[in-house]
Amino acid sequence: MATVAESLAFEAAPRTSLLRETLRRFLKHRLAVFGAVVLAILVLGVVAGPYVYRVPIDEIDFKAKLKAPSWAHPLGTDDLGQDVLARMLYGGRISLAVGVMSMLIAMTVGVLIGATAGFAGGAADNALMRVTDLFLCLPGLPLLLLLVYLFRESLKKALGPEAGVFILVVLVIGGLRWMSVARLVRAQFLSLREKEFVEAARGLGAPALRQVRRHILPNAMGPVIVAATIDVAAAIIAESTLSFLGLGFPPDIPSWGRILYDAKDNLDFAPHWAIAPGTAIFLTVLSINYIGDGLRDAFDPRKVFGHN
Amino acid sequence: MDEKKIRGLIADVEAGRLTRRVFVQTMVGLGLTAPLAAQMLGAAGAAHAQAPKLTYKPTKRGGGGALKTLWWQGATLLNPHFAVGTKDQDGSRIFYEPLASWDPDGNLAPILAAEIPSVQNGSVSKDGKSVTWKLKKGVTWHDGKPFTADDCVFTWEYCADPATASVSIGTYKDIKVDKIDSHTIKVTFAKPTPFWADPFVGVRGMIIPKHLFEAFKGGKSREAPTNLKPVGTGPYKFVDFKPGDIVLGALNPSYHMPNRPYFDTIEMKGGGDAVSAARAVIQTGEFDYAWNMQVEDEILKRMEQGGKGRADIVAGGNIEHIQCNFTDPAKEVDGERSSIKTTHPVLSDPAVRQALNVLVDRNSVQEQIYGRTGIATANFLNEPKRFASKATKFEFNVDKANQILEAAGWKKGSDGIRAKDGKKLKFVYQTSINSPRQKNQAIVKQAAAKAGIEMEIKSITASVYFSSDMANPDTYGHFSTDLQMYTTTMTQPDPELFMNQFTSWEVASKANKFQGRNITRWRNEEYDKLYRAAESELDPVKRAALFIKMNEMVIQNVVVIPVVFRPRVAAVSNKLRIEQSGWDSDFWNLQNWYREA
Amino acid sequence: MGGARSPPWNILAKYALRRLLIVIPVLLGISLVLFTILALAPGDPFEELATNPNVPPEVRMNLRAKFGLDDPLPIRYARWAGAMMKGDWGFSFVSRVDVDTLILQRLPTTLVVIGSAQILAILIALPIGTYSALKPYSIFDQAATTLAFIGFSLPTFFTGLLLILLFSVRLDWLPFIYRADIAGSGWPWLWEHVKQAIMPVAVLGLFQGASLTRFMRSAVLEVIRLDYVNTARAKGLSEKATIVKHVVRNALIPVVTLLALQVPAVFGGAIITEQIFRVPGIGSLLISSILANDTPVVMAITFVLSALVVLSNLAADLVYGWLDPRISYR
Repeated sequence: MATVAESLAFEAAPRTSLLRETLRRFLKHRLAVFGAVVLAILVLGVVAGPYVYRVPIDEIDFKAKLKAPSWAHPLGTDDLGQDVLARMLYGGRISLAVGVMSMLIAMTVGVLIGATAGFAGGAADNALMRVTDLFLCLPGLPLLLLLVYLFRESLKKALGPEAGVFILVVLVIGGLRWMSVARLVRAQFLSLREKEFVEAARGLGAPALRQVRRHILPNAMGPVIVAATIDVAAAIIAESTLSFLGLGFPPDIPSWGRILYDAKDNLDFAPHWAIAPGTAIFLTVLSINYIGDGLRDAFDPRKVFGHN
Repeated sequence: MDEKKIRGLIADVEAGRLTRRVFVQTMVGLGLTAPLAAQMLGAAGAAHAQAPKLTYKPTKRGGGGALKTLWWQGATLLNPHFAVGTKDQDGSRIFYEPLASWDPDGNLAPILAAEIPSVQNGSVSKDGKSVTWKLKKGVTWHDGKPFTADDCVFTWEYCADPATASVSIGTYKDIKVDKIDSHTIKVTFAKPTPFWADPFVGVRGMIIPKHLFEAFKGGKSREAPTNLKPVGTGPYKFVDFKPGDIVLGALNPSYHMPNRPYFDTIEMKGGGDAVSAARAVIQTGEFDYAWNMQVEDEILKRMEQGGKGRADIVAGGNIEHIQCNFTDPAKEVDGERSSIKTTHPVLSDPAVRQALNVLVDRNSVQEQIYGRTGIATANFLNEPKRFASKATKFEFNVDKANQILEAAGWKKGSDGIRAKDGKKLKFVYQTSINSPRQKNQAIVKQAAAKAGIEMEIKSITASVYFSSDMANPDTYGHFSTDLQMYTTTMTQPDPELFMNQFTSWEVASKANKFQGRNITRWRNEEYDKLYRAAESELDPVKRAALFIKMNEMVIQNVVVIPVVFRPRVAAVSNKLRIEQSGWDSDFWNLQNWYREA
Repeated sequence: MGGARSPPWNILAKYALRRLLIVIPVLLGISLVLFTILALAPGDPFEELATNPNVPPEVRMNLRAKFGLDDPLPIRYARWAGAMMKGDWGFSFVSRVDVDTLILQRLPTTLVVIGSAQILAILIALPIGTYSALKPYSIFDQAATTLAFIGFSLPTFFTGLLLILLFSVRLDWLPFIYRADIAGSGWPWLWEHVKQAIMPVAVLGLFQGASLTRFMRSAVLEVIRLDYVNTARAKGLSEKATIVKHVVRNALIPVVTLLALQVPAVFGGAIITEQIFRVPGIGSLLISSILANDTPVVMAITFVLSALVVLSNLAADLVYGWLDPRISYR
């Protein structure tokens, strides 16, 4: 792998730039590398997999239903005799894309709102937090039904069925999950804003943005990373819930959440059917968390500048 | 068979050499309707010499402990005339009773009636305009007050009053009920009514006590305390009720049938889902009975192996079917899609519908998805058996579909999809979100692809799809797609109401807020005529023939493609003895339920 | 409060008062948004009647008119808000019962089951999360991490079923249908209640606990990394006192934030867990009311939840000031 070779190269010529330094530190974080490798395998699997493993996803074969893993069906078959591996690879694209994208939306919105509220305080804080309260109060199901009803057809027309649905799903999941991040980031900011090292920076005349970026935000990232990993898992499951409401992708698209749901009633007879999506979601979440930890350590400015 | 032989058979029934059931079946085999056959027995005095499937063995009242039943949707109210769904009817039926219930064969079984009316005994008038019911004497309400004809007359007044907003109003609004004496009532119809057994029968026939509801008729109906604390004549008395969660009852010590009921208490617990309800009865035995097992048969069968219960299945008239849209869902006329002013550009070609008809692999749907819970059928009208056509059949044949389409000029394009005059065979096929339905869609889609038909599958959450929301194009009534699939329910053992969904005056449209029952928007003058004739035909045999003909018209024209008819399935503990009926509440003969030691 | 600067109490009180004063207009605004969403969302409370051929359409029209469903939205909102001010919570279309009766019937069970689950989550998360952070990447930490990730990767509909299959179907130890009305008294009665609550509490508690553990671990790690802990150490405070005083207290800020976000859930219940175990809680009332389009019930529950959201977040903001006296209220 190229990255390994590069990292060796860094050892030879250390500290050439901040970015390289960051990368080097990331690569030293063994679990982060492990996470990156696992995620890369998953992504490669769902992107290239269907071209390599060419078993159709919807070939119904009643003679082979609920079969345990075998050479013909490496992950077994479901109750229509469809190949679980093929479906996992195909549906994984949607699950991974929805999981990561909605997480990114939720984190971006949450961090922006939380950071602004926590740093600015006063009226801005009050206004932003009341908006957050409002979003926390929204009843999910009726709101979703309303959104489907209002926007599905128009988005489909504007962007085509696949892209339209994808954007709607990602916006809906992300748009309803940023509030806890905002509250967490704000709370961290309220506390960090008054810490000695920030006061020191302020005293030295650091502009507000620099205070936030250099001193406060990195220290507030812990809960954000945790929230991000939890959100990926939640978004993958939420996507399948949405498809039940007719909001998500058509139910014949086997996303991981959907496969897990379909498998549940056969759990006592055909556990293999549920293990595949369950493991995939678990690995995704685990790897994203490790990558997040690695990135946070790598970007921590105090470490870069030799503190601690 | 001549009259003498029939009389001989009736004598056999009376002497117990022949069961009533076999007799009725023999008569039905001769083309007679079951009620008519039953009436023959009634006339001959053998009506009460019934030999039901369920023989009640306990010799004393009570002592059976607790009966625990599970409804995966809990009852939300306990006034039968406000019942929103069957769960509410069932909850109410524990406490309230009608004059008669429908048994599994679609025959009447007396509950509060002393006997079943018939033309032979003179209680059903020859012109079909009135029926006289004799009530059982000595019945008391749970509060000790006597049950009399006044209660029946009051129930009619209560339900017929539009201000009460009762859901039974359709049954009572066009009739008149008179008290003949303290235990006799006469029901008079506005016009000749072949199906006279709707008022005071089955789920809409539950009689409520006048002395408790009198002050709450009409506009004040919602204030009645008895709405939440029912006082009826049934085998169990009210104990407690939490809407959506639980209904509790206790043995009625003064019940009007001897040695009944068997159980000391009854519990109807709500919530959850069908699969776990099946587990609680069949696998763990935590509960004795669970309602409406909409569970794949495969799963039920696996649970039954070595389990503590079984699936109990009884025929009913519900039919899972695919509808063809005869109007154009893509064109909007006066703000209305699927408007009757349009015709479907592709489905209006009979060849396309014929091809679709042979592309639905009903046997696979039955074998692989529904099993015992959905029987492949060629007919829309399947039950009671006397109304089912024997002339129809179905097949699954992709080659034939290809031939039909080829012959009709639908040629395959470079993309493998057939087209003619620039119109492609592309359909949107919708249904509600429900796992068996999605599998069914997948099976149909795959077969259609082999015949050069592309299907886009759409599924809508049930609460939207089955809603009556005017503004939402995704309801089944709007039918904004080319094909759709759902189950139409048949709520009584008579097809009159059921078959009105193909008449031209029932077409769903914006004008009637999509409440019309003809969803396919198919119109046919001959069908209308047959239907009108059946409405006033008093000869049961001729009437049945009319309905059989109507069903055949619908099938031959492929207005709908029946897939499977859905019997009623309940999960029952191996020790519990019950009898289900496809035509009435699950609790239609609750008084006879008991547990084998 | 040690030697730390604490905000003068009158500032805190003023802040609390200011926040309380805007609670009412905020709630009114939220209720207007909620009402509008519910009114516009597709669905009809009498839809089951529409599919029943025995019920003529007039009956439904009549019912709609009777319950005022055909009136314009502003009038319906004004009517709802006016009644609410007078303490009238509305009338369920579906059950034809007063809404407050329905909610009160469900409240005790919800508080017991969901409340126990939350307590379980906290009891798991605080010690495990803290210990994991103090010994990061140790075997203990790795095991806790893996379990936590399994915990929130698997949705409750799945773990619930897993427990049912194991403890009810295979082992036959526990019932899986929750009955709030078990008759009896004394210890056997209590034991029955505990037995049936074990699985729902475990499923929900472990799910919540899994994510809370991660938050706790990261919060403690974050604080340990901050310089002032080193400063405190340097000042010669004993290791233990340092941890307790500074680390845990500062780490509690995100935890308090999360707990405040969970308070409404204790009232609102957990829809999926309640559904699996048939717990007659407010979550199942809410979902069945939503599915039946029983707007008065949905509106009442979401409104109470909104009030709890607003108030518990207010409470969290006040607790921050106590945990970290340097936080200023501007």
